[in-house]
Amino acid sequence: MTDGNAPWDVAIVGGGNAALCAAIEAAEAGARVILLEAAPEHMRGGNSRHTRNFRCMHHGPLSVLTDTYAEDEYYDDLLRVTGGKTDPELARLAIRESEAALPWMERHGVRFQPSLSGTLSLGRTNAFFLGGGKALVNAYYATATDLGVTIRYNAKVAHVHVESGAFRWLELESGERITARAVVLASGGFQADIDWLARAWGPAARNFLIRGTPWNRGEVLRDMLDQGAESVGDPTQCHAVAIDGRAPKFDGGIVTRLDCVPFSVVVNRDGARFHDEGEDVWPKRYAIWGRLVAAQPDQVAFAVIDAKARGLFMPTVFPPESADTLEELAGKLGLDPAQLAATVDAYNAACRPGAFHPTELDGLATEGLEPPKTNWARPIDTPPFHGYTLRPGVTFTYLGLRVSARAQVQSGHGPLSNVWAAGEIMAGSILGQGYLAGFGMTIGTVFGRIAGQEAAAHAL
Amino acid sequence: MPYDTTPAASATDEARRQLEICNACRYCEGYCDVFPALTRLTEMEPGAISHLASLCHNCRGCYYACQYSPPHEFALNLPAALAEVRQQDWEDYAWPQPVARLFHRSGLALAAALVAGFAALFAAIAALRPESGEGFYATLSHNAMVAIFAPAFVLPLVAVAISLRAWWRAIGGGRVALADITRAARAAGRGRNLDGGQGQGCNFERGDRFSNARRHAHLATLWGFLMCFAATSVATLMHYGLNWPAPYGFWTPPKLLGVPGGILLCLGTGALMALKLRADPALGAARVWGGEMGFVALLFFVSASGLALYAATGTAAVPALLAIHLGAVLAFFLLIPYSKMVHGFYRFAALMADRRAP
Ligand SMILES: Cc1cc2nc3c(=O)[nH]c(=O)nc-3n(C[C@H](O)[C@H](O)[C@H](O)COP(=O)(O)OP(=O)(O)OC[C@H]3O[C@@H](n4cnc5c(N)ncnc54)[C@H](O)[C@@H]3O)c2cc1C
Ligand code: SF4
Ligand code: SF4
Repeated sequence: MTDGNAPWDVAIVGGGNAALCAAIEAAEAGARVILLEAAPEHMRGGNSRHTRNFRCMHHGPLSVLTDTYAEDEYYDDLLRVTGGKTDPELARLAIRESEAALPWMERHGVRFQPSLSGTLSLGRTNAFFLGGGKALVNAYYATATDLGVTIRYNAKVAHVHVESGAFRWLELESGERITARAVVLASGGFQADIDWLARAWGPAARNFLIRGTPWNRGEVLRDMLDQGAESVGDPTQCHAVAIDGRAPKFDGGIVTRLDCVPFSVVVNRDGARFHDEGEDVWPKRYAIWGRLVAAQPDQVAFAVIDAKARGLFMPTVFPPESADTLEELAGKLGLDPAQLAATVDAYNAACRPGAFHPTELDGLATEGLEPPKTNWARPIDTPPFHGYTLRPGVTFTYLGLRVSARAQVQSGHGPLSNVWAAGEIMAGSILGQGYLAGFGMTIGTVFGRIAGQEAAAHAL
Repeated sequence: MPYDTTPAASATDEARRQLEICNACRYCEGYCDVFPALTRLTEMEPGAISHLASLCHNCRGCYYACQYSPPHEFALNLPAALAEVRQQDWEDYAWPQPVARLFHRSGLALAAALVAGFAALFAAIAALRPESGEGFYATLSHNAMVAIFAPAFVLPLVAVAISLRAWWRAIGGGRVALADITRAARAAGRGRNLDGGQGQGCNFERGDRFSNARRHAHLATLWGFLMCFAATSVATLMHYGLNWPAPYGFWTPPKLLGVPGGILLCLGTGALMALKLRADPALGAARVWGGEMGFVALLFFVSASGLALYAATGTAAVPALLAIHLGAVLAFFLLIPYSKMVHGFYRFAALMADRRAP
């Protein structure tokens, strides 16, 4: 490419939601923009291509959203999942700006659809993308292209050259240099770098599956931290959910999730239960099990249900192992038959009669069992029996770059004059722990837009 | 045990494999009627998959939106998988069987051969033309035309009806109510399943960008065809009912329907061919691309030769043009049950059976 050495106004590192929002804003401000996506074209879009919705504040019905979702309720929801680990200023900014973000998204090609079947509880708070995140990413690439943004695929950034508090140029893995007046870093987290995960979490992380793109390996994050950029977020933690153990190592996405836990008995490799399967409600439960399974030997667990529970949860991509007896099922799952049967017998004996309500906390609990099952505790006694293998599936990592309310990257000596960051790479400031469904896209959209505007204003 | 990536045994199995992934995902719910119908299914039996396949209008929205499209190991290409099932159904349910397979496989060559053959036939019949007779009938007597065309029209429709009835049973269509017909007619008449769910259209000739070109071309073809059909029907009624034989002036119902209808059909099929040349064949039933193209070309030829015939009124070209046009029309009629034309019947039936659709 001949324009590789041209002095660009704004260079954008990454090709997911945050990067695209920044590129579009900068180009609309009149800047000459180059977007560098590490992935090849057919894999473009990072984790954003796996998403389905974004969480949006609104007063009165807005597009596909019903009713009202006000700032304080949104903020309370965030506090609940993060346990207070959030930067109130940035969090409130993301929440407040989300209301204007939705029409902006529609104007730039994103289409929304009513809440998907099976997710009606989110119809008020989360706007679903028609076709999902890849359709959103496609729309933004088309819009950016029409605005004259130069897009480079297979362009992995290896180094962001910072000199006396300012960014000078980018170095691609190929050795090529890209010079620009300002840069927006939107290259996601580091969860696809298994070695890094293993260093942070321990060797068990080698058995984790990565739910999203294999391209988010954190090269840029590491490079910036090495050059003195300030970090936020717990470097040892990642957000993991329990997914089907047969999912691909990378990119399994949404369809590998398993919603059967509340209706099951979950045992580890040794056939023993280790946690209350009836605890809490969706969506928090969803996230708890990733960590729980990660803490078990070999980072694996098995959810066992009987015929009564089929159809109570979203269908799964992988059919379960099935058998007419628990012993036979144990054999298929690689468990000790006698042990599994004993665990289930003990559980069944602890079940009490009562009304079972699959859609609410029904209080149908075991008695005298350790650990107890505090809801949906029905005996597992109706063949055929089914078993799913569970493994931790990593959604994202928490470690990121500290930014100001204008998305500017901070160093120990104050802000870097021409470096902005958006999306997962700075989300740790706001989501210090836990996860709020749809908030990742909100953070990326709001701060991507701000970063794009600021970078363009600086460059022009 | 990792995900099983060995190719599925049959078109139905492959579609089921993909639909199971879609059912766990549902991101494409708003594009068309296929996904809402899918989520309502409790069992993915072959009949249900056939039904979904005929609800799919190959708009390709779900392909470009899919995070699992190849080279992902889930290898989602739902437009192609459902196209294969549709094609298989049209072949498997067609009656009589041997004819069906022959035409679906090598439609283009056969259509061309048929047109030529029939044109020659008409030319021969014309040689024995009656001494009296006006207009066309100076070339070919009306009774001779009816004697050829009535069975050529009725028999294919009988064949279609036989096929469709068996298929309707297989998909569990049930009793037809008037509401089913009106709902299906509304959906088909507006090309609702070609509008991407929100009016943005298909991902057909422009990759992941949307466009309404295919929907408009298809609607022009559909309405043009129906107008031509109406023109012929009205003319037949006028001939027998009112004792008012052709030729008709421009300000008569047959011409007022037929001329604009012919132009629409011509433009619509021409545009469909152009679009098809630009679209990615891998997102359809690739093995019958030629047959499908041949069928659109035949329809184009029918309308173009009809318009040429009208334009040539009173000139020496009429006998030759008439032979060619009638040859094309006859070939078209006879091919209805065994060509892409059947899609109209199956789709309409699928829409009728989709009782929870808007
Ligand atoms: C399965 C799944 C489902 C999810 N569902 C939702 C949801 O419904 N709603 C929601 O809000 N959030 C969801 N999330 C979280 C959401 O994906 C992220 O919060 C969001 O996509 C982050 O956007 P981003 O632009 O910061 O990063 P990404 O979209 O991950 O983009 C990062 C980009 O940077 C590129 N890149 C990485 N390294 C380099 C480099 N060195 N050089 C150049 N480019 C590089 C990558 O290729 C990629 O294009 C989901 C996550 C997963 C895994
Ligand atoms: S085509 Fe892909 S994105 Fe669409 S519903 Fe199916 S699996 Fe999901
Ligand atoms: S190709 Fe279009 S009509 Fe067919 S299933 Fe996909 S979205 Fe629906």
